[in-house]
Amino acid sequence: MKRKLILATGLLLAIVVVLAGLYRTLKRRPVQASAVEIKIDNFNFAPATLVVRKGTQITWTNRDDIPHTVVEDDKTFKSKVLDTDEKFTFTANRTGTYRYYCSIHPKMTGKVVVE
Amino acid sequence: MASGKNDELLFDHNHDAVDRRGFLKCMAWAGTGALCVVQGGVLKSFSLSDAQSRHAKGDLSFVQISDSHMGFNKAANPDVAGTLQAAVAKINALTDPAEFILHTGDITHLSKPVEFDQVQQILRSAKPKEIFFVPGEHDVLEDDGQQYRERFGKNTKGSGWYSFDKKGVHFVALVNVMNLKAGGMGLLGTDQLAWLEDDVRHLSNSTPIVVFAHMPLWNIYPEWGWGTDDSAQALSYLKRFGSVTVLNGHIHQTMQKVEGNITFHTAASTAFPQPQPGKADSAGPMKVPAEQLRSLLGVSDVNYMRGKRALAVIDSTLQ
Ligand SMILES: [Cu+2]
Repeated sequence: MKRKLILATGLLLAIVVVLAGLYRTLKRRPVQASAVEIKIDNFNFAPATLVVRKGTQITWTNRDDIPHTVVEDDKTFKSKVLDTDEKFTFTANRTGTYRYYCSIHPKMTGKVVVE
Repeated sequence: MASGKNDELLFDHNHDAVDRRGFLKCMAWAGTGALCVVQGGVLKSFSLSDAQSRHAKGDLSFVQISDSHMGFNKAANPDVAGTLQAAVAKINALTDPAEFILHTGDITHLSKPVEFDQVQQILRSAKPKEIFFVPGEHDVLEDDGQQYRERFGKNTKGSGWYSFDKKGVHFVALVNVMNLKAGGMGLLGTDQLAWLEDDVRHLSNSTPIVVFAHMPLWNIYPEWGWGTDDSAQALSYLKRFGSVTVLNGHIHQTMQKVEGNITFHTAASTAFPQPQPGKADSAGPMKVPAEQLRSLLGVSDVNYMRGKRALAVIDSTLQ
């Protein structure tokens, strides 16, 4: 009886560990699509952090009534001024973390992780 | 004119609002008209319906307009040319004529030549012929302000800062919308700060100072970037002066604060209102019913009276 309980508990624990690992992998896993979108809405980049595979095409769309820009901190990419509904596209060909902001409203920041 | 019972609820109308710590806030939210004046260190506020505020004839009178955003055409105001014209009509109708106009930036919405042209065209019909500008972030898009300076900043320093004197009042025009840093707010930068320190060095403590810039030089709401990262440094050079008035735009609503000898004031936009700090998801244009719009836009009439410690600012709406 006691053996069975230990066995069951062990099994349960193992399942939890496996599930947690799977969840972590899924969460970290870059977006699989070859093209993804970041929306600029209400003075925010959404999603603010995006993990993608190398070669993914990223498009920012300004959905505000106010112009914004998308500028990487080291100017790796830099959009022109995007008025309402205008878009900017960057293809992530090199791995790394790219932090960017809106040069007009610098409180607006975002991050793209290329894996 | 926004006058009436509603305005008066917002203010202390015992006319004796004294804060013993020498710090006092007097806020006039969009849509209200208020006169705040410091006399002998005591701030008094009146509503525009108060007759006392109207016959305050000064030694120097000028107006501030801001955020005309020419080129903006969204629902919050499809006719920004019309409301700028209404602002000019307001200025031309003043009983004490304004000697000159300060425009505190965001002249245009997208820095386009046609937008600058249109503003210049409309302002030509203003009675005051002298107009002083500072750029907003919307005026220096794409070209780091080159076009702006060609039009409005021929004899300015750096990115467009300068100073001048009128009837013993020293005016300082600052630029805090360039080279903004990720995560930050407005920025003056070390070159401009060094220039400012030098510019006021030779002035006596009794010289009244007026500083104007687009973004607020006090931290109104950092979450929305409504402030300037290095404004404290700039203000430290002005602490010794008996009367300092700081005029800003950017937040599209009127607000006042008095801190020591420094009176801060932001002007309404002539184009569209923005929400009160934190009262909306973002600082974007605020859509209001068409019949309310002009009550949320406005001009600020500034009066200087010799011997008074601060300049009197009267905000009036375009209605
Ligand atoms: Cu922006």
